[in-house]
Amino acid sequence: MSLLEVRSLEARHGLLPAVRDIDLSVDEGERVALVGANGAGKTTLLRTIAGVHPAASGRIVFDGKDVTALPAHRRCAMGIALTPEGRRLFVEMTVRENLLVARSSGRAGPWNLEAVLQAFPQLEPKLGARAGDLSGGQQQAVAIARTLMTNPRIVLLDEVSLGLSPIAVQGLYDSLRVLLEMGTTVVLVEQDLQRTLRVADRIVCMLEGAVVAVGRAAEMTREQVMGHYFGSRSSVQHPAEARP
Amino acid sequence: MIWINQILQGLLLGGYYALLASGLSFMFGVLRIINLAHGSLAVVSAYLLFVLADRFDLHPLLGLIAVVPLMALAGWVLHRLVLERSARAGALVPILATFGLAIVMDNVLFEGFGADTRSLAPYIDTLGYGSWTLPGDISVGYLSVLTFAVAVALLGGLHLLLRHSALGRRIRAAAEDPDTAQLVGVDARSVHAIATAIAMMTVAVAGAFLAMRSTFDPYTGPQQLIFAFEAVVIGGAGSLWGTLLGGIVLGVAQSVGAQINPQGFLIAGHAVFLGVLLARLYVAGGIVRWIRSLRAHAA
Repeated sequence: MSLLEVRSLEARHGLLPAVRDIDLSVDEGERVALVGANGAGKTTLLRTIAGVHPAASGRIVFDGKDVTALPAHRRCAMGIALTPEGRRLFVEMTVRENLLVARSSGRAGPWNLEAVLQAFPQLEPKLGARAGDLSGGQQQAVAIARTLMTNPRIVLLDEVSLGLSPIAVQGLYDSLRVLLEMGTTVVLVEQDLQRTLRVADRIVCMLEGAVVAVGRAAEMTREQVMGHYFGSRSSVQHPAEARP
Repeated sequence: MIWINQILQGLLLGGYYALLASGLSFMFGVLRIINLAHGSLAVVSAYLLFVLADRFDLHPLLGLIAVVPLMALAGWVLHRLVLERSARAGALVPILATFGLAIVMDNVLFEGFGADTRSLAPYIDTLGYGSWTLPGDISVGYLSVLTFAVAVALLGGLHLLLRHSALGRRIRAAAEDPDTAQLVGVDARSVHAIATAIAMMTVAVAGAFLAMRSTFDPYTGPQQLIFAFEAVVIGGAGSLWGTLLGGIVLGVAQSVGAQINPQGFLIAGHAVFLGVLLARLYVAGGIVRWIRSLRAHAA
């Protein structure tokens, strides 16, 4: 049974459909990447799964339970955690407070302050600093560490490298490797296709709010993904066929 | 010596204003809601304590054991039924909603208790009129000192709660970004309701001291709201220790104004409030722009 099942999901921004008839399954331990141009609906899909954007229709089933109507904090308590685009730190709070607020509100599990500081050692000297005063790379590390502090069963990472220098991105992915090696289930939105193809097990291409292709990352080239990315390829591989 | 006495009395009066303003400041800092029913809610609390003292001969400070939880419950209900729904419609709507609520409460109190002025002073024995005499023949009232001490303790308690507790972190996170707080497991809706309940607990205490130190009637609330509002603005909206400072500045201004002219008590307080407000709007903004322009030139 899949850990996450999304069935015929639709979400809107006002009257405009942002996500249309999405079917997606994610197995435990799987790493799925959502790719697509700006406005393809990737962020809205992640936000709808996390519960901070309402679903217009369809179902979201997590670990066998229908969570479509649950508020975001209840989904977090069940193990769905989103690292939002733009980091969205509590900038007036210290790094330690940003991490502890997630620890005190999330699930019980192995991730605590010591564990995330081992994964993100660059944060240790910054624990007492105001989150808003950190560099972009450090802020992104705090955002991911904060997500881990909720002890998620599935991590939704939205554009974690956006606006960061190449060195900062490399540092971030070095830290993320720990998470990936632990077998954590991850759904990733990332603009860097090369990196996405290396990290993900499966690629889901989105265009104008719909899934237009699904394929195993190991079997897809950058050019194939780019073709779907801009809508120049129309072949849709069945999700079941694309399972690793 | 007269001036020293006036400043000292003003400082202690400032403790009362800080106590009165603490809930208003807390609600603005956490929920970004200006509760115009604040003064009327303090008067409701005063009437509840009066009923307990009058009917059951209960000392007002002991009566707080019953009234504080009751006001906390009222705060929770107030948030769920009025503030939460009105806040969804925009920042102005809660102001209008609490304004309407204040009018309703004032008139319900008038219907229930009439226009007679009341006070809790007869129920607190020497606490109401007793004082220490300091060198220079300066008298310091027991109640004034207690009021100031309670204000400092309350603001300190709120500060500790917000800065050093898990609930405080959740309250601050939900205040800063409710959506993101939800993403890390914080039930922002409940946290906001709890914050309103905490604010109402401080209102209950403020109502007790209002009724012990002076008289009150069903329409006392709006006047108290003005003092609380001035203290919050002078001290910096949402800042707890700033509220204490704002209360002290307002109290000292009123006390010194009264010494200059018997009619100057209120007008001096309002003048200081207006001066600080204008300074915040123009001078502080100008200084910030000047510093930014210097930085831009340096870059």
